[in-house]
Formats: sequence, structure tokens, C-alpha cells
Amino acid sequence: MVKFSCEKIDLVFAEIAKTAALYIPSNDKNNKAVFTKWQKGTKLCDSHNTQIGPKDLFFPQTEDLMAFKASNKKIEIIDTRKESEDFVIFGVRACDVKSLEILDRVFLSEPRDSYYAMRREHGIIISLACTRPSEACFCTTFGIAPSEPGADISVWKINNEFFWQANTKRGEELLLKIEHFTTPAEPSEVEGEKQRISVLMKRLPLANLSTNGFGKGKTNELFEREEWAKLSEACLGCGTCTFVCPTCQCYDIKDFNTGNGVIRYRCWDSCMYSDFTKMAHGNNRNTRKERFRQRFMHKLVYFPENNNGLFGCVGCGRCISKCPVSMNIVKVMKKLGGNV
Amino acid sequence: MQKISRDKLIKKASNLLNSGIVRCVLGWKRGEFDYDITPNVFTTEKELIDDFVWNDFCGANLSKYLVSKTQGVDGKILVFLKPCDTYSFNQLLTEHRFDRERAYVIAVPCEGMADINKIKQITNEGISSIEFNEDTLSISTLYNEEPIKIAYDRVLSERCLNCKSKKHVVYDELLGDDGEILESNRFDEVEKIEKMSSEERFEFWQGELSRCIRCNACRDVCPACTCEKCVFDNPESGVENKASANSFEEKLFHIIRAYHVAGRCTDCGECSRVCPQNIPLHLLNRKFIKDINEFYGEFQAGEKIGMRSPLIDYTTDDIEPNEAVNRRDS
Repeated sequence: MVKFSCEKIDLVFAEIAKTAALYIPSNDKNNKAVFTKWQKGTKLCDSHNTQIGPKDLFFPQTEDLMAFKASNKKIEIIDTRKESEDFVIFGVRACDVKSLEILDRVFLSEPRDSYYAMRREHGIIISLACTRPSEACFCTTFGIAPSEPGADISVWKINNEFFWQANTKRGEELLLKIEHFTTPAEPSEVEGEKQRISVLMKRLPLANLSTNGFGKGKTNELFEREEWAKLSEACLGCGTCTFVCPTCQCYDIKDFNTGNGVIRYRCWDSCMYSDFTKMAHGNNRNTRKERFRQRFMHKLVYFPENNNGLFGCVGCGRCISKCPVSMNIVKVMKKLGGNV
Repeated sequence: MQKISRDKLIKKASNLLNSGIVRCVLGWKRGEFDYDITPNVFTTEKELIDDFVWNDFCGANLSKYLVSKTQGVDGKILVFLKPCDTYSFNQLLTEHRFDRERAYVIAVPCEGMADINKIKQITNEGISSIEFNEDTLSISTLYNEEPIKIAYDRVLSERCLNCKSKKHVVYDELLGDDGEILESNRFDEVEKIEKMSSEERFEFWQGELSRCIRCNACRDVCPACTCEKCVFDNPESGVENKASANSFEEKLFHIIRAYHVAGRCTDCGECSRVCPQNIPLHLLNRKFIKDINEFYGEFQAGEKIGMRSPLIDYTTDDIEPNEAVNRRDS
């Protein structure tokens, strides 16, 4: 473990940015934290509850997959993949670190998604322990400890110092690059902060939210529950919750006709949309209720069913802050689960 | 702070429910915190007492829900409408989107709604409770020993700072006193953008719209967007898209939407309220409203049921198309 004073952070960023693209949480013009590509003058913001997680750096909202060109009655398939640049993301919250583990289960299991895999190989993640969780945070419900944020390097900000702990070989290599800005530190120096965060998490309004009643084997019990009708009543059917969600990973594949060829691309899709997974026979979820139910059943039942009990939600709280009608996974869990 | 009390609304709704005049009540339901309300249909007095809220966070315009909630059922649905919501109600009726006889409108005077984003800019995250006092909101957070007191006008939402009307244009019953149509400054921002050079204007909108994530919340909440199948959702339409393929396309969606609601948008401001990316979408609509006012005379969509928008009407006094072009070029 190493440490350095907060004044040096711009120098450290500049050093990292010499060899890789660097993304940090910085305020946009509306004072909202957004992962921003660092350049001289980009300021790390105090709040690192970013509007949207780091998902799109690995799984962009739109991405070309391949192209087709037709000539002389032959179709040529063009591989449009380009080698990703090396990049580093700084300031990733523990929930967002966990979200990448969930995305990995989907994209890195066979058949491996080469587009996502390439970016994962080129990306180094530096996490940051939460200093000021939001009232909408409930990561501890899913067993996540924001005091131990993980990833390649774990970072704690304590008073006027940053503490960096490498967890992987890539993390150790990166620490070597910034060696001349740092001094050695003892893990015991961050113990107090870890304690403080753990106590803080227990005071959050959603601290007691439980996953009781959800998980593997609960499909039959939950699928026909009559409460779905009421829960989905106000839903507008927009895609906000799915697009701000760090774990939502559904996409659609489309062909764009360029006139003399086709570009096949994919883009984020939302189970809230009326043509989601529309097939030749039509749509398998024709009502708002069915689409609404799908999103929560996927996160709370189907995903754990297929992934050894791992839930598809990390409690980042973004859907809670952003839903236009304030209907969200917490309200669903309280209504249908074993919560009081 | 709202002058009409929650209790008064609940009492009115309960009376109408219990006497069988209405079969259910469309209102606002409390959430996990003190600010996250959800539009809800209440069917019993107990539900109302337990969960109904009326406070400075009841910004959601309930009128659009009438399109789906009045269908296929008998009896009336009670709906609480703020002054700006009544314009949407009328506009929906003008477009024959639901049956007037199915709705029982209770007009609720409104003192303006608070913007939780503005509050969080002051208090930061971690709000544990909100108290509504006479002149201030008292916000307790997990990180401050003492509650933070904030004057209402500091956190009023933009649309309420530029409120166009405190008058309800339609109701079956009015609670309290009705207000007046106001002189607002709602076109000031539009004028600023008009005065930009075309390059500056392009850059302004590029900066705003490039943040769009195409969640469609603006469209889905919009009372003027009630097409049964939006072209952007229809694989058969040829223009369906779920994400912008490039920076041109992201503008296309919003420009097409603004054109589609031109002359029908009542300026309720829901699009900007719900945008998760804080894009000031209402400015596009206000530009159209301002132009319509200047070209065809003052027109407020939804002011009366059955009004014809100047854009779908013809009079011999209408300006010639070249006048609009000349105006732009000068």
C-alpha cells in the first residue's frame, strides 16, 4: 500500500495519462459527476456518485459489429473490430466494480463476446471507497462492502491523503509508474476509515433491505403474484432504469443500410420497450406489466438462477434517483419479498 | 409550501369515493423518501389515508394517465390537477384521447413545485428527511448535525419559476381559490438562444443533446405524445431506432419530437423534469410556442377544449412562408 497527499492527484493523473487514456469522475456543466476523459485541467469532483456507471466504456451504447459489402453477387464480410486503446478508470465505486463481475458473467462466458473482452483486457480499474453514500444506496443488501472497493487498485481518501492498494498484477505495475509521487503506507492506516464507512452504511435508510424471498428457485412463487399489476401501474415504459443501470446488459442488433452495403451494429436495448425481443411470431411480452415484471425477475430471480445465486443488482441507487415516476427495485422488493 | 392541505384533498376524495360518484382516485403516492412520489390509483379511503401525498414534490402531471385508466371501465375516475396540468387535460380532450365523462377533475391550487436536483446541489446526497415549513424546506441529511433550511424560491423548478398560469382552465370542483394567468418570463431563455450565431446555437444544442441516452422518458411522459405506436418504436416505420448511430441522429429524435408536438405542447415542462441527463428539452418546445405567438397571434394550447392550433388551421391573415424565412435571415 502507498499513499500521497491529495494535492498531488493531478500529477498522478498526468503520469497515468502518459501511457493510457484516463477517465475520472468530474462535474459537467450541470454540476453532475460524469466519467470524463482526463486532460490537463479536468478536476476530480467531490461526489463520485456518477450519473451513469462505467458500463459504456466496456459495452458502449452503440457499437459496430461488422460490415457487409455486396459486389458481383458476392457478399464480403468485413471485420470492423479495432484494437482498443489502453485505458484506466479512476474512482469506480464498489457497486460499479461488482457490476463488472456481473457483466463478465454474461459477456465472457462461452460464446465469449470478443468486443467486450477486448476492452476488459485493455482497461485497468481503480476503485474508490465511498465517503458519502447517497440515501438511495443499498449495495450492502447484495453483500457489497464499499469500504473494500476492490478491482485492480483499491483507493481510500482519508482527510488530505489518498491510499492506494494494488490487488492485481496490473495494479502493481501501475503503482510502479507513479512511484515517485508516493510513499509506503500500512494497511492499518485505512482501518479507521473502513470502520467509519461500515458504520455509515448501517445508518442508510435502505440499510435493512433484504433479498429474502428472491433468488434461485423463486420463479413460480413470484411470477403470478397479483402485486405486479399495481407495481407496474405508474411505469411509463421508458428505458431510464435500464440505461442508467450498471448491470443491464441487453442489446439489440440492427443492420444499417449504407446504400452499397450494410453496417451491422448493436445498441443497448431495454426490456421496458414494446419491441424488446420481438420475434417472428410477435412479441412475448405484450403488456406493460409483463415487461415491468421481466426487468425485476431478471435481476432478482433469473440471473441468480443461472449464476450460482449472484443477484443482477448491485444497489447503486441510480434507478431510484432517475425513474421519472419513482418506481424502482426497492419498492418491488419491499412489496414482494420478506421485507417489513 | 402548498396552501391546500393533504387532509383536505383526502377528505374530498374520500367523500366522492364513498358516495359512489367516482370509482377511484388518481393522485400521488408517497415513496421511500420524502420526495419520491409515484402517480397512483387509489380505490379506498384507507389507501388514501395511508399513502396519499400532496406536497412540493407532486410535480407529476397526472392527465396523461387518463388515456389508459379511463379505458374499458365504467364509472368516473377522480383526478387531481394543478393549474398547468389542466391545460394538458384540455389538449388531450381536444385530441379525443379519452372521454370527458369518465373523469372528475378536482382543481388543486399550486404554489410551485420543488426541484430535487436543485435541493441536492445545496445539500448534496444523503437526504434523510424533509420538513415543509411556512417559508423554508428543512432538510436533514446523514452528514449534517442540524437540518439545512432552504427558502422555497431557491429550489423551485424552472417551470414554476416561469409559471404561465395559476388558473385552472377546466375542473368539476375547485379546492381553494383559483389564480390568474400570469405574465411569465418563460421566453427569456429562448431569446438568448435566438440571439446566438448559428454556430453558437449548434454548439449549444450539440452540447445538450449529445448527453441524450435515448431512454425516451421525455416522450413517454409527454401528454402530447399519445400515439399508440410511436414511429421510433415501430420496426415497420423505417425510422425506428433505439440509439443514435451518430451525433446527427441524436438531434433528429428531439427535433422530430418537437415538430410533432408543435401547436399541441402546452408547456407543462414534464419533458425536462424527467430527463435523467438534465437536458433542457422544454426550450425546443418553447421556441415553437414563441414563434406561433409571433406568427399567428397569442395561442395557448389547451386553454379551451376544441381549440384549433394555428398550425392545423388556415386564415387569410396567416403569414406567408417567406416571412418566416426573412425573419430568420435578418
